[in-house]
Amino acid sequence: MNRTSISARTAAVLALSALAAACSSAPQGGGGTATAEGGTTYTWWDPYPQHDASSAWAKRVDSCGKEAGVTIKRTAYDTTALTNQALLAGQEGNAPDVILLDNPAVSTLADAGMLTAMADFGLDTSRFDKNLIAAGELDGKTYGIPIGANTLALYYNKEILDDAGVDPDSIKDWASFGAALKKVKAAGKKPITFAGIGTEEGSFQFLPWFWGAGAQLTQLDSPQAVEALTLWTSWVKDGIAPNSVISNSQNTTWEEFLTGEFAFAENGTWQINSAAKAGFPTGIVQIPAKDGGTAPTPTGGEFITVPTQKDTKRYDVTKKILECMTTPEGLVETGTTFAYYIPSTAEGQEAILKKEPSLKPWVEAVRSAKGRTSDNLGTKYPKISEALWTGVQKALSGSASPADALKEAQTQAKQATGD
Amino acid sequence: MAALVTRAGGARGRSRQWTALAFLAPLVIYLLIFYAYPLYRNIDLSVHDYTPRAFVQGDPEFTGPANYLDIVSDDTFLRALRNTALFTLGSIAAQYALGLGLAVFFHRHFRLSVVLRALFLVPWLLPLIVSASTWSWMLNSENGIVNSVLQAFGIGQINWLTSPDTSLLSVTIANIWLGIPFNLVILYAGLQNIPDDLYEAAGLDGANAWQRFWRITFPLLRPVSAITLLLGLIYTLKVVDIIWIMTKGGPADASTTLATWSYREAFGTGQPDFSPAAAVGNLLILIAFAAGLVHVRLQRKEANA
Repeated sequence: MNRTSISARTAAVLALSALAAACSSAPQGGGGTATAEGGTTYTWWDPYPQHDASSAWAKRVDSCGKEAGVTIKRTAYDTTALTNQALLAGQEGNAPDVILLDNPAVSTLADAGMLTAMADFGLDTSRFDKNLIAAGELDGKTYGIPIGANTLALYYNKEILDDAGVDPDSIKDWASFGAALKKVKAAGKKPITFAGIGTEEGSFQFLPWFWGAGAQLTQLDSPQAVEALTLWTSWVKDGIAPNSVISNSQNTTWEEFLTGEFAFAENGTWQINSAAKAGFPTGIVQIPAKDGGTAPTPTGGEFITVPTQKDTKRYDVTKKILECMTTPEGLVETGTTFAYYIPSTAEGQEAILKKEPSLKPWVEAVRSAKGRTSDNLGTKYPKISEALWTGVQKALSGSASPADALKEAQTQAKQATGD
Repeated sequence: MAALVTRAGGARGRSRQWTALAFLAPLVIYLLIFYAYPLYRNIDLSVHDYTPRAFVQGDPEFTGPANYLDIVSDDTFLRALRNTALFTLGSIAAQYALGLGLAVFFHRHFRLSVVLRALFLVPWLLPLIVSASTWSWMLNSENGIVNSVLQAFGIGQINWLTSPDTSLLSVTIANIWLGIPFNLVILYAGLQNIPDDLYEAAGLDGANAWQRFWRITFPLLRPVSAITLLLGLIYTLKVVDIIWIMTKGGPADASTTLATWSYREAFGTGQPDFSPAAAVGNLLILIAFAAGLVHVRLQRKEANA
């Protein structure tokens, strides 16, 4: 074989292998931002690809643009893709005028210096619920406002509970809830399902139990944290919860619940419509804290953020758009469009309750909910959360005891956050 | 007169050179944009500390080999390396053996062989998200069809995707199924290049089917086999999607390979960590490159022999 063909082969091999690994690690290129023309077009990104241009949501965005005297060009991305696209756009200096961000991402982008603080263009944030807006705060400044909030509770299948003789109102703490689960199992039904998947969703679902036991995200291996994880692990071990919870996303959990075989499912506000259409009567109870009362549940939902623009004159119109999106009527409309978002202001909550009184338990759940990045965790939260869900996975799959899994998680979190 | 001729010849030579360059340019530009630049960028990412903040501001701190040292000393590293080796070698060995078996089988041209062969290509044609989701439904602990069949035979529930003991095996099986058509197609094409008279001659000499396979088919397929295995290795090293969809690398890293680890660092969590992700990616490039060099060396040896 001659030399040129050898070097050609070497080059080909190098190219192939480069392609192989570059694909798996380089950030996806090219955030396609249409830059505004003549100041009359404003760009808007959100994580709702399920709502296309003809949807009620798109129309609502359009009408807020019209009210502010501009045209809004809306682009929708998948939630994780949105954060990456936003970072790329920030790097290239062509970020859109408005981004709707999942709340844990707000502090990440704010810390990257690509968001404008609400106070800097004169938007009043005092009317928003303190516990909800906390996720948009970093170092004393507010970088986003919640367009609504959702959180978790326990949906139950009324038929199964009636057959098993369980009164949902009797669930006050972990002990009474455990007793209810046992009764269901004794009646031959599956007691509960939840999502313990190794992603943010897994942490999201575990937090009510974690916080409900009195644990703090700054100390993942505290005795309280171990109690919470022991509770989940014992459910899987004793057949109270199916083994599939280890890989269940919240959607899969919901599908399991809809089969009508499960008494309880931990799920969120966004399933209200689906629960109403289920083939059996459903209801919800708040997730109990260990020693009674309601456990703090994590808040979910998107924040409106305003990326920094070179042309600061654009902020005036942006402010108008933001205000239009967050009037009490606006919040109610957003809330019902999304089936369901609970409005993020007291006024908005009253307005939605007037319209739909059945939402009362959810409004209460949202009021007692807690932001994941609160307690001044900010950008540390995603790293702590990764350690937490890894620990949960280890314990649930039986590869470590809850105490050991959490001890490793705490070490991992400490290392990752550099504390 | 003579001077004129040489000048004309020189001009023609130069214009020929330009033509050659013009033909070469598209390829060179293509290689630079799509291979050289990503590779450079990947290395650049891996020797800096690109936090989201540094990524946006464009002022990452230069850290030299620190990311690589962090990666190698991470608990996940040995586990991911081991899983990558098991996943990759297990996959390509089984894919090759089954693909070769099927190729030889279909080479006999029986009735319906074309239709059946086409059916075997289905895994290749399906979008990965479809086949991976289907596998994860089939292997579901409670409602999966695999477990319900096993239970019919009295075998208890196996937690295919949710037990640390079986999750790597499960994703490997799914990946083997995906890779068979590729091996089948290439090896089948290789078989058609083996002249029929060799088999005829061997038949006259009294060689049986087994001998014909080991003495003729297998040795003559060697160059095709080598390239199949090499491509299989590279394709399998970089597999992210099927593992990510089926197990997310879990539970607790039990099915994490270097590729899924890299993906998880960059895109799998709420906070992108591009630098360690790029470092892991570069290690993968090195592994694939080393495999490629071994292949080239073996071929050269064979050509010299």
